[in-house]
Amino acid sequence: MSQSVAPTFQEIVSRLKQYWSERGCVIQEPYDVEVGAGTSCPETFLRALGPKPYRTAYVQPSRRPADGRYGDNPNRLYKHMQLQVILKPTPADVIEQYMGSLEAIGIDLRKHDLKLEEDNWENPSLGAWGVGWQVMLDGLEITQFTYFQQCGGVDLELVPAEITYGLERLTAFLQNVDSVYDIEWTRGVKYRDVRYTDELQYSVYNFELADIPTLWKLFEIHEKEARRLVDSYAEYEPKKRFPLLATYDHVLKCSNLFNTLDARGAISVTERAAVIGRIRRLAVDVAADWLEQAA
Amino acid sequence: MSAGAMRRDESRGGRHECLRHNLLLEIGCEEIPDSMLSGALDYLGGAVSGLLKENDLGEPHVRTDATPRRLVVRAEGVSARQPDSEERVWGPASNAPPAAIAGFAKKQGMAPEQLEILSDGKAMKYSFVRKIEGRPTTTILAEALPQLVLKAPFPKTMYWTGKGGVRFIRPIRWIVALLDDQVVPFEIAGVASGNESSGHRKLGAARFPVTYENFEAKLRENFVILSAAERRKRIRAVPTKYKCDNDLLDMLVNLTEWPTPFTGSFDAEFLDLPKEVLMMVMRHHQKYFAVETADGKLAPKFVAVTNTDGDPEGLIRHGNERVLRARFNDARFFWETDQKRKLSERVEDLKNVTFQAKLGSYYEKTERIYDLVNRMCALPAVSSQTDSAQVSNHAKRAARLCKADLTTELVKEFTELQGIIGGLYARAQGEPEEVAAAIYDHYKPVSMEDTIPGTMAGALLSIADKLDTLRGCFRVGLIPSGSKDPFALRRAAQGIVKILVEGKLRLPIQTLCDGNPQLEEFMAERVRHYFREIRGFQYDEVNAVLSSGWDDLLDVEERLIAVKAVRPTEDFEPLAASFKRIRNILKQAQFEGLGDSLQDGLIESGPERELFEAFEVTRLALKVLPDYRSRLEKVAGLRPKVDRFFDKILVNAPDPAVRRNRLTLLHHLLAEFSTIADFSEIVTNSPESKEIN
Repeated sequence: MSQSVAPTFQEIVSRLKQYWSERGCVIQEPYDVEVGAGTSCPETFLRALGPKPYRTAYVQPSRRPADGRYGDNPNRLYKHMQLQVILKPTPADVIEQYMGSLEAIGIDLRKHDLKLEEDNWENPSLGAWGVGWQVMLDGLEITQFTYFQQCGGVDLELVPAEITYGLERLTAFLQNVDSVYDIEWTRGVKYRDVRYTDELQYSVYNFELADIPTLWKLFEIHEKEARRLVDSYAEYEPKKRFPLLATYDHVLKCSNLFNTLDARGAISVTERAAVIGRIRRLAVDVAADWLEQAA
Repeated sequence: MSAGAMRRDESRGGRHECLRHNLLLEIGCEEIPDSMLSGALDYLGGAVSGLLKENDLGEPHVRTDATPRRLVVRAEGVSARQPDSEERVWGPASNAPPAAIAGFAKKQGMAPEQLEILSDGKAMKYSFVRKIEGRPTTTILAEALPQLVLKAPFPKTMYWTGKGGVRFIRPIRWIVALLDDQVVPFEIAGVASGNESSGHRKLGAARFPVTYENFEAKLRENFVILSAAERRKRIRAVPTKYKCDNDLLDMLVNLTEWPTPFTGSFDAEFLDLPKEVLMMVMRHHQKYFAVETADGKLAPKFVAVTNTDGDPEGLIRHGNERVLRARFNDARFFWETDQKRKLSERVEDLKNVTFQAKLGSYYEKTERIYDLVNRMCALPAVSSQTDSAQVSNHAKRAARLCKADLTTELVKEFTELQGIIGGLYARAQGEPEEVAAAIYDHYKPVSMEDTIPGTMAGALLSIADKLDTLRGCFRVGLIPSGSKDPFALRRAAQGIVKILVEGKLRLPIQTLCDGNPQLEEFMAERVRHYFREIRGFQYDEVNAVLSSGWDDLLDVEERLIAVKAVRPTEDFEPLAASFKRIRNILKQAQFEGLGDSLQDGLIESGPERELFEAFEVTRLALKVLPDYRSRLEKVAGLRPKVDRFFDKILVNAPDPAVRRNRLTLLHHLLAEFSTIADFSEIVTNSPESKEIN
């Protein structure tokens, strides 16, 4: 495909949103607490629980402190954009629908090689896992496709399909560029123009300047607040008013702080399992209360 | 009342005509992981075949096929229905009151006069023969197939229809179940069976009707090649000669319905990067075959396999080349970044890399490996070698640097290449070649099929690294149990055994276990495993040889070869049986005279003295015989004397002194001649082996 007709980054985002909007998805905006993946957002993690059908799609900037490369690496980013689609329950033609979304952004699948290769997903801090595939397009992993089986350690009543598009990769593929920084965000504006500075600055912060004792203190503050809230749920009436969403925000804060500490090399292998366990216990408690509250 | 044995009526209905039917079962799924297909087919083929046989539906020829999206079973020569059968139904005794007889007849839908009186073997009873019509095959299959399919064993299954729903490897989306052209009606997970299959996701039709006869042809029209052998052939049919990697080939066969290979290329400038890294990216990350030039070097090309019918515009090739370029660029970026700090400067950084919580950092592990290497170099196995000083220097330098690559970006990216990367960096940073090679090889052997390190320094380093892990884990109680072995300690121990034996290193393995009895037993078990499973020695030969010591594995190997060679000779097993007998006698007698010497005056002339003299002669002969085999043959030659002794002499003599002397003779016999192998461990068929004196 020639450069001139390739859609821009923001056109790809809006076409995908449009496509899923036409298939009954609530188009959400990015969640405003930092997360490592769109899965952690309440729109996925909490909505996946319980018997209510739900469909949503949203772009989620996903922060992976360890993946930062000071803006130097053409393929690796501290923060990348995911388009997250949740279809709960999963329609029988989910893969055909997904393939339709690729055609909607201009990929003629008869001319390309699409393979679904086994890739099961697990997020131990959220007690969540599922089975599925990485979707390979001409050798490039463009999507993670997961049938959720558990969230917060709970077997899900309806099985959602989670489709996570790696938007930078997909766009680089369509625009035929080798570096994500050369992606055309909109006509005349490159990805570099929009995002280079935050890649550089966050890399410096995460790898060099983040103060480990301060991060640990912050971790403990959020953990304590989440724990305090979770523990007060049992006594609280009426249950419907209880701020589980606010509680969950503190869990997400813990999770991001953990990732930052990890990138900083401040967590040893054994500590790792223990800290993940602390976050998971909070997530599991929120999930259980959420189910009860919604019932 | 009881039903008699069923008897099939073969005369009715013309059985041969019934067998002309064919069954087609296709379970259409979303993409099944490639490694799951063959196990699923083994199960399904066996289960369908078993089902048909159990229900007397013929002995059909069953074959199975799979693609990522379908599991297919076809059976030829299935009966349309079960043959009719009959069973004898027994009623009341012949002397029962008429009301009971009438009641029985009524209940069974018979007139009393239709009943006959027969003996059931014990008493005369009313009875009759009930005809049972054979059930149609379609009905039997419709009932049985859903459960049969869902019982397919997969290591990790999922549910998709909701909590408590059926589990399978991936969602089932269509089912073809045909007996000839008739649908076998059933449902799994809300999907009803029918006659419609589905083609290639993009090139074929989503649904189309099939019959047993046209199934494969229809699939082909829709860009699905059902036969794995044919898909394999298509993948092999590429003009570029590539290095065939059978595991990768199998994977690609199972990942595609219509495989088409193509040859791509990459910029030759990437060939500056180590071959190992390029291969890892191509093979593991991209599932490409690497291409080699005629002289065995890596060519700037690859062979990829698409699931399409071609790439006329070169779009797929272009995309794959771009992905590979990005991956290689990544690797180059890491390689160049890593070069900014030498391995020797990185050793300090290992203080921040945890090996295991209770065992400290990799820095501490490095220190321990160094000490072990140092210790081993002082042992005769190494120090007696002519180049021992050099080997020792290289091994120690390699020990210092071997874990430093864990702090490099390239190893963080390609953890499978740890050690290898370290070796490459050492070479690039001007370390002696022997040091680089030792680091490069020090995880070897990674499996029993893998080779051992290529140099003495590498062998010593590899053993020290593994030994340290074993000693450390056993010291802090991280001991494998059952199938749980998170630190891969079995593999580590097995690797040490393999290096010692195949590298011809006479290091004292048992001594190196640090006096930890649990580790010694664990190591001994690996030694047994190695000689039994890898080298094919009989388990009793291995037990016999190990009972006589296993500190020197080369010596163990020599003794095993000797035992195996002598075992078929006529005297050997009977003698082994006698040794077992001796052991039992000594045990029963609770013989404690281990330090006693034989008293010549107490030895009776005849068989006892003859045995004693033969014992003395043999004992002296063993000291001069050059090898284990001739020594064993010599010992086996004692057999007639031993036999005669047991025939004629009562060990349990009335005179306690004589008795003790005889036991002492037996004890000496056992002790002197068990240094090569403990013969009493040899399993024999001779009657002596069971007898307790």
